[in-house]
Amino acid sequence: MLIFEHSSKGRQGAPQSPVEKASISAIPENLLRKDSAALPEVSELQAVRHYTRLSQKNFSIDTEFYPLGSCTMKYNPRACNTLAMLPGFLNAHPLTPDEQNQGFLSCMYDLQSMLCEATGMAAFSLAPMAGAQGEFSGVAMIDAYHKSRGEHERKEILIPDAAHGTNPATAVMCGFKVREIPTLDNGDVDIDALKQCVGPQTAGLMLTNPSTLGVFERNIEAIAKVIHDAGGLLYYDGANLNAILGKIRPGDMGFDVIHSNLHKTFSTPHGGGGPGSGAVGVAKRLIPFLPLPTVTQEDGNYRYLTAKDCPQSIGRLSAFMGNPGVLLRAFIYMRFLGREGMVRVAEFATLNANYMMAEAKRRGFTLAIDHRRASHEFIITLKNEARDYHVSAMDFAKRLLDLGYHAPTTYFPLLVPECLLIEPTESEAKEALDGFMDALEQILHEAETNPELLHAAPQTLPVKRLDEVRAAKQLDLTYKMS
Amino acid sequence: MPFIPHTEQEITQMLATIGVDSMEDLFDEIPAHLRAPELKAIPKGMTEMEVSRLMHQRADKNTKALCFLGAGAYQHHIPAAVWEITTRGEFYSAYTPYQAEASQGTLQLTYEFQSMIAALTAMDVSNASMYDGASSLAEAILMSVRANRKSKSRKILIPTSVNPVYRKTAETIVKGQQIDLVEVPYDGSTGTVTLEQIKQQGEGDITAVVLQQPNFFGCLEAVDEITNWAHDNNILVIAVVNPLLITVLNPPGQWGVSGVDIACGDGQPLGAPMSAGGPYYGLLCCKQALVRQMPGRIVGRTVDLDGKEGFVLTLQAREQHIRRSKATSNICTNQGLVVTASTIHMAIMGAKGLENTAAACFANNNLLVEKLTAISGVKKAFSGTHFHETVLQLDVNAAQVLRALMAKGILGGFDLSEDYPELGTAIMVCTTEMRSEADIEAYATAMQEVLAAGVVSAEKVPATPEVV
Ligand SMILES: Cc1ncc(COP(=O)(O)O)c(C=O)c1O
Repeated sequence: MLIFEHSSKGRQGAPQSPVEKASISAIPENLLRKDSAALPEVSELQAVRHYTRLSQKNFSIDTEFYPLGSCTMKYNPRACNTLAMLPGFLNAHPLTPDEQNQGFLSCMYDLQSMLCEATGMAAFSLAPMAGAQGEFSGVAMIDAYHKSRGEHERKEILIPDAAHGTNPATAVMCGFKVREIPTLDNGDVDIDALKQCVGPQTAGLMLTNPSTLGVFERNIEAIAKVIHDAGGLLYYDGANLNAILGKIRPGDMGFDVIHSNLHKTFSTPHGGGGPGSGAVGVAKRLIPFLPLPTVTQEDGNYRYLTAKDCPQSIGRLSAFMGNPGVLLRAFIYMRFLGREGMVRVAEFATLNANYMMAEAKRRGFTLAIDHRRASHEFIITLKNEARDYHVSAMDFAKRLLDLGYHAPTTYFPLLVPECLLIEPTESEAKEALDGFMDALEQILHEAETNPELLHAAPQTLPVKRLDEVRAAKQLDLTYKMS
Repeated sequence: MPFIPHTEQEITQMLATIGVDSMEDLFDEIPAHLRAPELKAIPKGMTEMEVSRLMHQRADKNTKALCFLGAGAYQHHIPAAVWEITTRGEFYSAYTPYQAEASQGTLQLTYEFQSMIAALTAMDVSNASMYDGASSLAEAILMSVRANRKSKSRKILIPTSVNPVYRKTAETIVKGQQIDLVEVPYDGSTGTVTLEQIKQQGEGDITAVVLQQPNFFGCLEAVDEITNWAHDNNILVIAVVNPLLITVLNPPGQWGVSGVDIACGDGQPLGAPMSAGGPYYGLLCCKQALVRQMPGRIVGRTVDLDGKEGFVLTLQAREQHIRRSKATSNICTNQGLVVTASTIHMAIMGAKGLENTAAACFANNNLLVEKLTAISGVKKAFSGTHFHETVLQLDVNAAQVLRALMAKGILGGFDLSEDYPELGTAIMVCTTEMRSEADIEAYATAMQEVLAAGVVSAEKVPATPEVV
């Protein structure tokens, strides 16, 4: 039932607004609204009960194992939420003079510094609102850099075919042409093909390392050399930073610009879709182009840097500075972990993934890339099962939901047919991993003996499989209250 | 180990299953000479007790001054229930609802959100959010260029009475795509843009015109007249609105004869705390005919195998994970949790509660302006009606006045001198329903004292040492 269907005309049960409506008759009549907006009229209790019940229809990290590859669904420590919501932070107006905003600004300055150290970059901007906006700033900086050197012909961005969809979408948004680079069967970039593609038109390469195939790009130095020799710059999509935190740094691998999804590696909550942060870090030569604002410090006083300080900046990406509430949560998380905790993140995320990969193989699954180390995630391909039993990765995913596990990422990366991209993260205990592998094994057996069970899944959730074709054809995007 | 559950015994077992001797072996594909040094610049880890102490100390350093500052972020009351429910783990720690059957909570809530926002704006459809109001305007502009097939110019008219930060953000985001943002000056006496000025800049082929209501100065634009003119000339209209204020102001879907084509704005006034600038969310709505040009996620209602109602992400062929380089936008992660809060906020407040809130903002602003302009040396910069923000002209340096007010515990407004040097020494004050009569009185008294004393620079607030 929708909240609108709980509505009764004239009901108002919340002491939340001024009781009387002040006069607005000084506003010219033609500029006023003629009738009230058709919002639900419910009591506070009805609203509380409705949304509490809705929440119970979600899977979440707090309630289920959620091994969604590429998304790093690790525990979101409760204290990060509580402490980011202290009144001193919540009541801070974004345009508060810097002198009165020192508590917040000091956290942001420290966060920038810690991100620099963790990634080996020279400077960071916290302005991008999510990974995709981090990518946007990175590619826009690459563009600005080339233009500042008079190299206007660099209009092409190279992107491996394994890349996330945001990479090509971003390059196009920034006005570039995209050229795809093939990937070898062992998961590494096809470096011979790459060499064929570079030239004076090359602005840069966007690379995820470890890649979305769940393996470390072993030829990263050679790749960096090919790109740099051609005059291009190297962009690091930091979605998989969790795998290498404290072990190897993008800056040391030769990347010129990176984004980090703080809502992945640094544990800020995904919130059912966002908000996130795509903090962007750069090597020295790109510092002048960083998006605004950033935070600086002089003699213990913190202040925002703006366009006056940074005339070459690519500019602003939003009205203020990124998502401060998210940034605070990441800062708190980093202070919890400390330098020693960062290294442990990579170690245990990698341990969990390699353990599950070994177990998957032992239990008869086909790995997309065999005989290599997994990073913090790995891929099972169900192409044989699809051929032999007519079950798909989607069927496996839906059946997992019935067994109380959130499904891994399916059908991404696009290169691997019928794939499950599995990322356990470091915060899951061995029992959870074993339980999940037992469930997968059970489903494999069911696929052989009773594939109908998979096709009909899920059976235990609030709804069965939903008609997506109908959703797109008979568009119903808003409820109209009569 | 913080947030890592493994016992020594488990580690040994797991390494044995993998077939390696040590944790280090798991990283043997990484070239040894590239391995990271110790991350010395990152402090050592802390317990929750220590982190808590640190964060309280830092939070306490922030000002507790009375807020009369707006300019795009507003201090409104938020019912306690809103964030209590929003931060339930089931909402807080869920991912984007790609597995629909396991995400009906978030999906249904988003459908309700889209319905509420469409009702507020009187537009046909809403998406599931953009990052914030400014980036939402940028996306609205890109959308208008895709949607207006009759126009070839990629020329967008933007009055300078539109929030300057929104204009800057739009510039950053659209400049890679050869789009021409043409500024239209506002009228110096009214603080609004006139149709004549728009027409002057609007010679020839124009793709869209942007109108903010109330505009950045808090003044009310002649939206009907401009919308009608634009539509008569095959120009799309993009509205930038404050979603709280359109509970009493004419909503963009009803501007002129046929309503605007695209409406955007910042959702912050509907349930998001100011929180130093976010997270807020961008709202983005359009006419039905433009829905396939919309960026971002959209939730649709459908049925399951048994014919039971359910909700899914729909029209995904617009998005980057399907269309890659041909997507309408690169946006992936949006502002879902703030949308959750905002939906609960709207449900609890209801239209009536929001209308009363908006009206109180208006009345309080009138009272403040009346009291302040009674002081010699303070006068209104523009004629005409203001909503809850008003530009005041001062005789003396605005920055110094604001600093002196700050020393008296008053966050007195926004200094316009940088963005609008032509206004001389002007500040913009804002009043929400949160400011009581006593607060307003306190501001007026402080202003009187500051101006009477002659402006002096406020002393720096001494930094409190941090003990951990
Ligand atoms: C590899 C990769 N790159 C980029 C992104 C985009 O990040 P965001 O969703 O924060 O915009 C994601 C995640 O969604 C990803 O997995």
